[in-house]
Amino acid sequence: MKSGGMDPVLSTVRLTVREAVHTLSSSEDGGCIFSTLGSLKRYLGETENPALPEEQEEFARIHFSTFLRCLVGKLSPDWLELLPDGQLEELWASFFLEGPADQAFLVLMEAIEGAASPSFRLMKMARLLARFLSAGRMAAVMEGQCRQQMEPAFPLLQETLLSKVVGLPDHLGNRLQRENLAGFFPQNYFPLLGEELLRALQVVVESLRGGLDCSVSFLSQVLGKACVHGRQKELLGVLVPRLTALTQGSCLWQRVCWRLVERVPDRAMEAVLTGLVEAASGPEVLSRLLGNLVMKSKKAQFVMTRKLLFLQYRYTTPVLQSLLGYLAMDSQRRPLLIQALKELLETWGSSSAIRHAPLAQQHYISKAILVCLAHLGEAELQDCRDELLASLMAGVQSHLDSSLPAVRRLGMIVAEVASAQIHPEGPPLRFQYEEDELTRELLALATPQPAANSPSEAGPPVAPVTAETPNKETVSSGGPQAQSEGSDSELDSDDEFVPYDMSGDTELRSSKAPVYVRDCVEALTTSENWERWEATLWALEGLIFRSPAATQEVSVELAKVLLHLEEKTGVAGFEGLRQRALVAVTVTDPVRVAEYLTTQFYALNYSLRQRMDILDVLTLAAQELSQPWRRRKPPQQGPPGPGPQPGSPATPAWRAVVEERIRSKTRRVSKGSAGQGPAADPNKFNSVAGYFFFPLIQHFDRPLVTFDLLGDDQLVLGRLVHTLGALMYLSVNTMVAVPMGKALLEFVWVLRFHGDAYVRQGLLSAVSSVLLSVPAEQLLADLPDELLEAQSWLADVAQKDPDEDCRTLAIKALLLLEKLRDKLLPPPPP
Amino acid sequence: MPLAPGTSHTSDFAGRSWSEAWTEGRDTPGDCILPSMAPPPPPPDPQFVLRGAQSAVHALHFCGGAQGQGQPLLLSGSLHGLVHIWSLQTRRVLATLDGHTGKCVTWLQTLPPGPQLLSQGRDLRVHVWDLAEGRNAIVDSVCLESVGFCRGSILACGPQRWMLAMPGKGGDEADSSPLPLLLAGYEDGSVALWDVSARKVCSRVACHEEPVMGLDFDSQKARGVSGSAEKALAVWSLDEQRALQVHRTHQLTNPGVADVRIRPDRRLLATAGWDHRIRVFHWRTMKPLAVLAFHSAAVHCLAFATDGLLAAGSGDQRISVWSLYPRM
Repeated sequence: MKSGGMDPVLSTVRLTVREAVHTLSSSEDGGCIFSTLGSLKRYLGETENPALPEEQEEFARIHFSTFLRCLVGKLSPDWLELLPDGQLEELWASFFLEGPADQAFLVLMEAIEGAASPSFRLMKMARLLARFLSAGRMAAVMEGQCRQQMEPAFPLLQETLLSKVVGLPDHLGNRLQRENLAGFFPQNYFPLLGEELLRALQVVVESLRGGLDCSVSFLSQVLGKACVHGRQKELLGVLVPRLTALTQGSCLWQRVCWRLVERVPDRAMEAVLTGLVEAASGPEVLSRLLGNLVMKSKKAQFVMTRKLLFLQYRYTTPVLQSLLGYLAMDSQRRPLLIQALKELLETWGSSSAIRHAPLAQQHYISKAILVCLAHLGEAELQDCRDELLASLMAGVQSHLDSSLPAVRRLGMIVAEVASAQIHPEGPPLRFQYEEDELTRELLALATPQPAANSPSEAGPPVAPVTAETPNKETVSSGGPQAQSEGSDSELDSDDEFVPYDMSGDTELRSSKAPVYVRDCVEALTTSENWERWEATLWALEGLIFRSPAATQEVSVELAKVLLHLEEKTGVAGFEGLRQRALVAVTVTDPVRVAEYLTTQFYALNYSLRQRMDILDVLTLAAQELSQPWRRRKPPQQGPPGPGPQPGSPATPAWRAVVEERIRSKTRRVSKGSAGQGPAADPNKFNSVAGYFFFPLIQHFDRPLVTFDLLGDDQLVLGRLVHTLGALMYLSVNTMVAVPMGKALLEFVWVLRFHGDAYVRQGLLSAVSSVLLSVPAEQLLADLPDELLEAQSWLADVAQKDPDEDCRTLAIKALLLLEKLRDKLLPPPPP
Repeated sequence: MPLAPGTSHTSDFAGRSWSEAWTEGRDTPGDCILPSMAPPPPPPDPQFVLRGAQSAVHALHFCGGAQGQGQPLLLSGSLHGLVHIWSLQTRRVLATLDGHTGKCVTWLQTLPPGPQLLSQGRDLRVHVWDLAEGRNAIVDSVCLESVGFCRGSILACGPQRWMLAMPGKGGDEADSSPLPLLLAGYEDGSVALWDVSARKVCSRVACHEEPVMGLDFDSQKARGVSGSAEKALAVWSLDEQRALQVHRTHQLTNPGVADVRIRPDRRLLATAGWDHRIRVFHWRTMKPLAVLAFHSAAVHCLAFATDGLLAAGSGDQRISVWSLYPRM
């Protein structure tokens, strides 16, 4: 429709361009070329006598790309030297830098791709592109796309432009290889792109102010594509802080920003949102940048309420806080928060999730729940209270059932906080767990206000200081006071009072403990005299070691009494004393006591605690037996020595004086090693290892009325597996190691798909101890099939197990297996 | 004879414990080890031990040699009601007084001017004995109404005038000079300051959770210390307004303090422990100096002589006499 009236203009422009192209291709005369180019420059405007606007438009629309390609084609060292001082090059470059930016950019990229590498032309074009970028022309490229919305823009062109803009570092990197310029490195280019994006946005905002329509859709696409390419950090690191500042007081900027994120294509939405959530410094900022995006875009809602909460767990706590805080900030978005809390609690409480999800994810979900609860008011919680309580209670149950202490603790903390929030009028739930950094972090999440404003957060560190100062003051005030008191000179000499050795000042125990092991049995069973009972407990271990023969006479009886002993008085360290005594009995008479203990382990009517005690005692006793020198140290808990006779304690001091004098006067010809090393000693565990091991491994699959190892009592099963592994490890170098290893590998094979992580950890360490304890030749000769099976299982666990410790253990076992093979591979010398 | 100290002659070296000999050996010139770097010396031994009380010793009192005969005496009261008078020179019993009908003697005190002795027993009587010129006769007695563990206290107001404080319903004692003020420790763990002439309590402070077993007061520093059945000593002070204030507490290893005594020169504090041990502190700083583990039963009472000698009586029927940090 244009062509009819505009014909003369069009033909003029076409003629001029054709002439110029002809001159360029044929002429060798620098001056002529210069003037031709100068005449075409008129069409770009910005000269003294620019061409008519229609002519400029015509040139830009139809002829510019062609002409630029022609210019690229002419590029050679000789051609540029037709005129001195690089005048020609300057003029040549100005067409790229001043003409319509999108076309110039495309031609530049095209030329770079087309140039042979490495070549003069390639480097020239690359430098020109670098100038193009540093001159801020990329903003012009993007602005152009923003304005074009009226025309049905060529989708193909825009697509090409988009991929070239975002893929520029890749293209240039590929073409230039080692010659690449610093400006094209992604870590430099994307921040620049961010700046340019901002400038383009600035122009958009300006023109919107001026009443012009604009579209940010191209900018959104650039943003999306760059984020999909994994450049969130570089791009958003520049964009978000500036946008945060710009949207502070300006509604227009906020709207442009919302629009920018809204128009991001769905497939890039996740990348953009995760980047934004991570880069934004808090819920308010996020809310300013996103607006009600989650309500408008299904994809955004999915990303924000599901993907970031349930499917990923690598984000830090502040990110989680700003994400959930964003949901909580607007009344429209709050239902989403409640929905998220419901789903979080459901996931948290699902026993399958507890068993199969990695601990880090469970931790993440717990944090999310606590943050949600901190944001929700009582009234909102009231509406869905029953639902929440139901999943909470189920979750607490399954958490407390877990055999991993960390999981149990998570359950306790979340249960405490959540029940207080959901059911405030009920009795508060209190658990006992030890405080550490993790629990403190979690509990701090439950109260969002201190975390939000920093001054009150700075409060706690101040508190201990102030708490300490009065302490110091009393000390220092005590000082001057003492000095003023001491000013009468006679007291100054008091400081010369040298304290005597006070190491003997220990806690006093009544020394009524029995002297014979046999009496201990009676003292512990007849529970009339508490002091005697306590003293017996304290003295028992020492007595047993001092009189092994006497102990052997009553060993089983004593073990029975100790196993059933209950803490009746508040003896400090009761558990430890009882355990040490039991271990001592077991070490003194291993065969009979181990037989007794292992049968009791599978007997009726024991508590889980007692069964686990049995396992611990067996392990510790095996350890002592296999390392006898550990026992050489004198028993620590002997009764306090009899009152020193006057004169006798002085003897050591006197002897020390004499020995010191003798030493100083004596010359020694040679000095032997002063201390004697541990004496060689047969492994006492050798002969008894079987008594410890086989009774334990035999009956695990026979459930009793009160005790079902393969059912509910996973915790004990886990302990059993760990104990078996430890026993295996301790029977290294014993005769019985081979049959033990065989039995243990079979045992492991049966349980290898157990659902409980603690049990699996035990199985894996058991495999490792088999590999360590059984001699390599025997392993290969007797257990080749089991080894092969174990290897494939280990490889599987190392890759797929949800528990991190399990994976590590599996890798360790695999390494051991590898080492074993290496040891056997070099053929023995004939 | 450089090795002589180590071989025998315990009696010859009565004044020097082995630890002192050891310290001297280390401090000879040329030995470059700094005293503070050396390991702490082993705890000292008693200077001598008095045996023969034949039952647990519950009261001790030094009777200075300043008076006439010039012979320092130690008086001890036993569980079975006997009062023994020991000569510190011969270390033998000089006389035995039997006046409490076999009930425990809990407090002994001589009256300042003459050889008169007050003894308090659990037969609820306080006897006044005349000990002059070898006599040992009861000249007077006072009946008490309290069966507690509390001991009496005496204040000499002038020649031949004494004020005797005796427990009514329980408490422990000490005194302070210009006006008749009385410190009493109570079974509820508090210490109270009484104005005796006005007959009212000036100040009361709760120092312990358990009954106060013994207290002593340093009137020059206006500071006192009390021990109780619990694991801590309390040091309290008295200000100008006659208000008591807990200054600090000092934790002990074992519970139970039967008696506390400040040495007359106000430099050492000794405590008698139910844990069989005597603990010695630097009184000004409360720095622990020694733990004397000699006795094999609870230590019930302590006494300091004017020359600094410390005597401790214990349930093991022995009285140990110590010379610690003699005055320089």
